[in-house]
Amino acid sequence: MSRRVGMEASFAIAEAVKLAEAEVVAAYPITPQTHIVERLSEMVADGEIDAEFICVESEHSAMSACVGSSAVGARTFTATAGQGLELMHEVLFVASSSRLPIVMAVANRALSGPLNVWGDQSDVMAARDCGWIQYFAENAQESFDLTLCAFKIAEDPQVLFPVMLNIDGFFVSHVVEPLYLLEKEELEGFIPPYQYPFPLDPRRPVTMGAFAPPVLCTETRKALEVALQGTRETILRVWKEFGDRFGRSYKPIETYRTEDADTILVGIGCYTETASVAIDTMRARGEKVVMVHLRLWRPFPFPEIRAALQGAQKVLVFDRCIILGGPGGPLCSEIKSALYGEEKKPKIFNFIGGLGGRDITPRQFEDMIARGREILDSKVTVEYETIGVRE
Amino acid sequence: MVTAADFESKTEIKWCPGCGNFGILAAMKDALAKLGLSPEKVLVISGIGQAAKTPEFMQCNMFHALHGRALPLATAAKIANHNLKILVNTGDGDCYGEGGNHFMHAVRRNIDLTVLAHNNMVYGLTKGQASPTSERGTITRVHQHGVIMEPFNPLAVALSLKAGFVARGFSGRMEHLSSIIQQALQYNGFSLIDVLQPCVSFNHVNTHRWYSERVYELEKENYSPADYMQAMVKAQEWGNRIPIGIVYKQDKPSFTDQVFALKDGPLVDRTYSPEPLRELLKEL
Ligand SMILES: Cc1ncc(C[n+]2csc(CCOP(=O)(O)OP(=O)(O)O)c2C)c(N)n1
Ligand code: SF4
Repeated sequence: MSRRVGMEASFAIAEAVKLAEAEVVAAYPITPQTHIVERLSEMVADGEIDAEFICVESEHSAMSACVGSSAVGARTFTATAGQGLELMHEVLFVASSSRLPIVMAVANRALSGPLNVWGDQSDVMAARDCGWIQYFAENAQESFDLTLCAFKIAEDPQVLFPVMLNIDGFFVSHVVEPLYLLEKEELEGFIPPYQYPFPLDPRRPVTMGAFAPPVLCTETRKALEVALQGTRETILRVWKEFGDRFGRSYKPIETYRTEDADTILVGIGCYTETASVAIDTMRARGEKVVMVHLRLWRPFPFPEIRAALQGAQKVLVFDRCIILGGPGGPLCSEIKSALYGEEKKPKIFNFIGGLGGRDITPRQFEDMIARGREILDSKVTVEYETIGVRE
Repeated sequence: MVTAADFESKTEIKWCPGCGNFGILAAMKDALAKLGLSPEKVLVISGIGQAAKTPEFMQCNMFHALHGRALPLATAAKIANHNLKILVNTGDGDCYGEGGNHFMHAVRRNIDLTVLAHNNMVYGLTKGQASPTSERGTITRVHQHGVIMEPFNPLAVALSLKAGFVARGFSGRMEHLSSIIQQALQYNGFSLIDVLQPCVSFNHVNTHRWYSERVYELEKENYSPADYMQAMVKAQEWGNRIPIGIVYKQDKPSFTDQVFALKDGPLVDRTYSPEPLRELLKEL
């Protein structure tokens, strides 16, 4: 039976990787991800998991090593954060375009500069277009469950894409929470044995990383995009199957307090848990606010977002990243593009906050919602507002 | 007169009490003051790590860069303004691991700057994983059964790439280290000082005491740093006796000496004047 334990999300991810029987872990230490791989290396050393732990000298090497081990047919896991993810950047594209089902946990962290080791979503947002399936876990339980799902999704013959599981640096990665761990027997058959269809194998030679001249490149990139969009069905199926078997199901977007609403707050990542406290307080006062939070980020859940925001009058989007020189927050930009073609469009306003680990209290979320409604009732003159900024 | 106090910063120092970095910081300030280099003439560049925090705790020009990337930044800063005295503060992970590629090419380029590699044989900042200089068998949370790779030998690598100034210091011998830093800063070209630095939190083998019992100063032996082959032999000496001091020194033109365009002074001081070029083009 599943066991209820108190555990850090980082360790919960390591437990899931162990249950998934990953064969290779290649990683480089970086705060706030380090606990995940330290726990895994302990497990490898203690023989709890029959895997090879490759210590490398940079994240560029870590992801390159993952590409190598995945290409020869080993179930491969890594984890990183912030600068580490950015240093992997060019290799991320190689992993996805080579259709290698690597699983990576990212403890989201701010990017330099200024130098900051705390959480925000600048790292994943800068890597959002790298062709990986990307989703978010908001607490330890989700981190555990969704790591297990990540292997099943990535390796599905209909998918064969790498999967990036994002958790907030510190606020999720380092927090000890109660969660249910699954036992090996319970999981039986959930993750089938790994069988990469075209491993590098001298008995059946294949070519990887081949050159594509202009006459082929467009078709290849288009095929990649079609394939990535096509992973949606499997993602939904796996999350549903997980729910059917273990009682916790996941959806591309989750809604909180769906009752009639005039204002919808949209967010992604763990701060939405704080926001839900504000939503409760406001609803108790009779205010019609609800929340929609995205779990799936890539492929972007266009149909689900359109359905969830249909009929809303006001939409407030909360981002934990600034797209420098762009339209404000990346999530809001995506939401706007999803709704642009709709006949009945809500008014949308963007807030940015929680950068570099700055906390946002439920009270601040309440103020933000009130302020957002006020702005949308008058004339919107700016792209976004920054919460709590000292100017 | 410049004194070490001129480099004193108000920033609270965030190193563990007893960390070898304190000795290195003190030696550095002492060396700069003894050479009469005032804070505005000095540029301290670092990567990321405990060692790389050093410039934050000093009063002078500084750039705290990215993990492993201090050297390319320092190289270009020197080329653009070769009047600056540049000191790079880096860790063994920062310099020989993540920045290993840059290290090799900075040596080859013979750019005139001084590298102080705070070598604690672990990744201190990220809490004690093995670094490139960790010895075989080192046990860490990640290497539970001990490191199975050969350690990186910074002195031998620098020598093999024909570095002109290769030295080793110990953070526990402040005056000796200061003297090496002074000579390195006066040397025209790339100078490496690998500094043995106890990490009281994560390296319980190579402690202050461990080093104190083993290090000996080359200057006190009949040792000539001019002999390349002998330097190679010294670079391999590690165990009951560990040499500190200048292992190899050889004068040769530095990178900026060899670039014709820099003969008339630093690039940053030049004004943009394309007129003569226009005249030349007319002639064609
Ligand atoms: C790209 C990137 N990867 C990883 C890190 C995390 N990190 C910071 S310092 C460090 C290693 C520090 O070791 P070392 O250079 O030996 O310096 P020390 O802290 O021991 O002085 C690591 C892995 C980072 N900041 N950036
Ligand atoms: S962890 Fe080690 S290197 Fe870092 S400050 Fe403490 S003693 Fe120094």
